[in-house]
Amino acid sequence: MQYLPNIIFLLALLAGIGFFARNINKLRRNINLGRPADLVHAPAQRLQNMLKIAFGQSKMVIRPVAGLMHLIVYIGFIIINIEVLEIIIDGLFGTHRIFAPLGAVYDVLIASFEILALLVIVAVVVFWLRRNVAKLSRFKKREMQGWPSKDGNLILYIEFVLMVLFLTMNAADLQLQQMGADHYTQAGSFPVSQYLGELMSGLSESSLILLERTAWWLHILGILAFLNYLYYSKHLHILLAFPNTYYGRVTPQGKFPNLDAVTKEVKLMMDPSADPFAAPAEDAEPPAKFGASDVMDLNRVQLLNAYTCTECGRCTDECPANQTGKKLSPRKIMMDTRDRMEEVGKILDVNKGKFVDDGKQLLNDYITAEELWACTSCNACVQACPVSIDPLSIIMDLRQYLVMEKSAAPSELNNMMGNIENNGAPWPFNQMDRLNWAKESK
Amino acid sequence: MSKELKVPTMAEAVAAGKKPEVLFWVGCAGSFDDRAKKITKAFVQILNQAEIDFAVLGTEESCTGDPAKRAGNEFLFQMQAVTNIEVLNGYGVKKIVTACPHCFNTLKNEYPGLGGDYDVVHHTQFLNDLLKEGRISLQGGKFKGKRITYHDPCYLGRANQVYEAPRELIEKLDIALVEMKNCKQRGMCCGAGGGQMFKEPEKGDKDVNIERTEQALETRPDIIAAACPFCNTMMTDGVKNKEKEDDVAVLDVAELIAQAADL
Repeated sequence: MQYLPNIIFLLALLAGIGFFARNINKLRRNINLGRPADLVHAPAQRLQNMLKIAFGQSKMVIRPVAGLMHLIVYIGFIIINIEVLEIIIDGLFGTHRIFAPLGAVYDVLIASFEILALLVIVAVVVFWLRRNVAKLSRFKKREMQGWPSKDGNLILYIEFVLMVLFLTMNAADLQLQQMGADHYTQAGSFPVSQYLGELMSGLSESSLILLERTAWWLHILGILAFLNYLYYSKHLHILLAFPNTYYGRVTPQGKFPNLDAVTKEVKLMMDPSADPFAAPAEDAEPPAKFGASDVMDLNRVQLLNAYTCTECGRCTDECPANQTGKKLSPRKIMMDTRDRMEEVGKILDVNKGKFVDDGKQLLNDYITAEELWACTSCNACVQACPVSIDPLSIIMDLRQYLVMEKSAAPSELNNMMGNIENNGAPWPFNQMDRLNWAKESK
Repeated sequence: MSKELKVPTMAEAVAAGKKPEVLFWVGCAGSFDDRAKKITKAFVQILNQAEIDFAVLGTEESCTGDPAKRAGNEFLFQMQAVTNIEVLNGYGVKKIVTACPHCFNTLKNEYPGLGGDYDVVHHTQFLNDLLKEGRISLQGGKFKGKRITYHDPCYLGRANQVYEAPRELIEKLDIALVEMKNCKQRGMCCGAGGGQMFKEPEKGDKDVNIERTEQALETRPDIIAAACPFCNTMMTDGVKNKEKEDDVAVLDVAELIAQAADL
């Protein structure tokens, strides 16, 4: 029975990691629903982007308040993970504070965890106030009603509780150390929890041990639970921000890809020796669909983008269409893409990995034409995203489907395109008059 | 007009056995839109004054296909692109300058993949280079002491990271350049991009150009400088909507320079 806690710990750890791995596999499968994307071009630039934007948080700090608070939580997340490593080793082998022999280094480590934990609590409270008291408009938009708002708050509550548990554990530990309790080696420096410990001064050794153990267990079980909550929340960005910034755009934002399938058709049209009536070869692939109407038509980076989105709403905040009351919200484009991808994933789950048409698609059932046509393609959303998500590329792909597969452009745009076709300008002017300005007076 | 504009076409230049240094891509707005034609002429005046060896395609120019591409009609875009590339390559064009950021972006970024590789610059970059090389000179004169705010066109700024060339030119005019709250990377769109120029906006509380004009007017400018014919139209309409057209002028950077030099 002596090893019971170790066995329970091992089982909890395996369950936590195993379940998480299962969800990551699902995530990978869903992303692979998309078309292949260019992932190899410019690796040095990509690495630099990841280091700067994800590790360096360079775009977060453009909004200083949120940026600073986020920086604290981010550094806390990275640094406190060293403590999690110690907790895992202790849990598996029944040791206590296995890193304690590091001496002065250990003191510095624990002290910095404590200070960060306190700062994280402050940041989380500020975040909560921004969402629930200051009610920042970007957290109150249409697409944030219901679950997305709850999700945002829930994450803050979990982080708050985890940090409080961490400090409680340390506070009780310090009390026990000072009592000279068995097993509680004198180690660490506790600049924050020493004050919390004062509240525990009347407690007996056994109560303190109970408190310390409870906090310790809840803290690690909480972390494992949080790890598994990620897949169901908007919080995956803590992991996916890194690959997403790596796979993000490495070309100018104004450069939209030229569709190869269209180039093929255009070349054929321009080729005077091509036989317009030639039957396609027996083994020819069916002609590619132009644009996207569902998640399978998008590419894998776009789908990764959707999982990475943490619904901060900076894109929507900067969107000129949204600012002027149009229905378009770039954040909603990403949320819809993810929701549809999850829906398709569930269909795969129940049909042994085969997709069965459910009569729904991303276009119309999630994203309406009205939203798509409100976009000015200004790239403000792309620029605003702190983790290199590109909502505009999805908007453009859906537009392409509407126009090239459905001929469903607004009629004024059809007029514009008709003019280009007929007279080489978006307005009905004769191409032969193109140089008239040179002869007109000023 | 003080002087007749000299606007050689590529066809004339080649017939005369010449190879112009740069092709001026006028664009549809610059060719047909009454307001934008003034920008075109101002730019040509500067080119003439600096004796730049340039040419235009004239009636051989056709829409780059940009508005079709942004509207989702990739097919029409590529048809336009391939046709234009044939003309450009036929003349052996190496360098292109254009006063339209949409043409600029498409020619620079989207034509290479279809066989059209050129050194493409926006007219503000071109003029700034001329200034640095001493081929044109600038002094404030007429604009001395005026407050000017500059509106970043999306397809010049965010799309291609050109923020400084137009500002460096404006600052040479002895004026006070006052930035809007949202400028450079965070510059707000005028509302014309993505095909919006050619359609009515979707239902909302406000038009985008009105919002942007309000941001510009907050800086209490005498002049709103633009560097795109579409932005120019949108901001001009916005200023009219606010009944400020008597106090605030909307001018292209090329017009500012041409007027400052009294061309």
